Amino acid sequence: MYGKGRIIPALILFLGLMTSPIWYKSGEASKMPKPEKPKDYTECVAPTQEMRTSHMVLLNQWRDDILREGGARTGKTPNGTEYVRSLQNGCMKCHSDKKKFCDACHNYTSVKPYCWDCHLQPKEAM
Amino acid sequence: MDSKRRDFLKIAGLTAIAGIAAPSAFNTLLKGEAIASAGQAAAGGHGAAAPTGKRYGMVIDVKKFTENPGLAEQCVSACHTIHNVPDFGNRKDEIKWIWIESYEHTFPTESQYKRPDALKDMPILTLCNHCDNPPCVRACPTKATYKKKDGIVGMDYHRCIGCRFCMAACPYGARSFNWRDPRGKDANGQPFIKAENPKYPTRMRGVVEKCNFCTERLAIGQIPACVEVAAQTKALVFGDMNDPNSEISQVLKTSFTIQRNPAIGTHPSLFYII
Repeated sequence: MYGKGRIIPALILFLGLMTSPIWYKSGEASKMPKPEKPKDYTECVAPTQEMRTSHMVLLNQWRDDILREGGARTGKTPNGTEYVRSLQNGCMKCHSDKKKFCDACHNYTSVKPYCWDCHLQPKEAM
Repeated sequence: MDSKRRDFLKIAGLTAIAGIAAPSAFNTLLKGEAIASAGQAAAGGHGAAAPTGKRYGMVIDVKKFTENPGLAEQCVSACHTIHNVPDFGNRKDEIKWIWIESYEHTFPTESQYKRPDALKDMPILTLCNHCDNPPCVRACPTKATYKKKDGIVGMDYHRCIGCRFCMAACPYGARSFNWRDPRGKDANGQPFIKAENPKYPTRMRGVVEKCNFCTERLAIGQIPACVEVAAQTKALVFGDMNDPNSEISQVLKTSFTIQRNPAIGTHPSLFYII
């Protein structure tokens, strides 16, 4: 093969560079996000798994129901705790630290919701 | 060749008949729908409002604001503070949910000829009319603005794409566009929203906003912020116009009131005692 001496090392170097991200992180699994749960409250408005997968759907349902249909502003958990059906005044009352709760997973999954363009996060967490 | 021409003429004739008959057939089919929508419009018609359900309205007693100087400004500031309305510091970018206007500008359709001098400097409070037949709602391509069952014309800022059709459609200038970021700061580093109300969201750049008749306060049993400020003077009366025993119904029954440009058929929910 013509130019063997240069082509083969160059190919090896190229492959090495291309796969370097894999080598760089090899052996250690990427850390799962651990959103900080509120200490004073034990239950959320829906089971954890449901909240994990479809909290955004729930927020949209609350919004459409309250804004358009004049739906109830408060709801009750299965155990009878009353909550406000609102991101800003409800969710953030318990999950008061956006950085430790919302952002933990959103950053991990590279999701960028625009909630906070308008809604205000609790002051102490800003 | 001859027979082919016959076929052609037959087909041409049939097509012509179908073409003439189709529109009238469509009209017959669509008539039901047309009548249904006409009935809906009539329900919220002149004078007699739909007897069922709520319809929030407001009576603005203009004289009371002249008697209590500064009251109008207080109403504006109460509303704008509660709803995180930014103050951009210039008229061009101004965001207003409720504002003070001159008689001449509030009632351009009323005669301006030989009016009392006092009318000239009278501060007239004006806000979204929460029309029964809101042109803004018809104009909105995304249904970001809508008419609620209680008569309030609401807005869902999530859906607003900032096309400003509603602003062009609103005959009362009750809608404002966020040309700038409401969360931003002016040249001196002062935030446009002086003190944020943590209970209410702000808006973002590129959406239209307007008065929501304090729907979030009504939901928890409070009266609108401007009405609360003016409560002592009774300059603003708020309530359900469909309830014959409500305060507003009594006021409307006993006082002569005018609406802003009623001739265009929007059926405003704001009534003025001049």
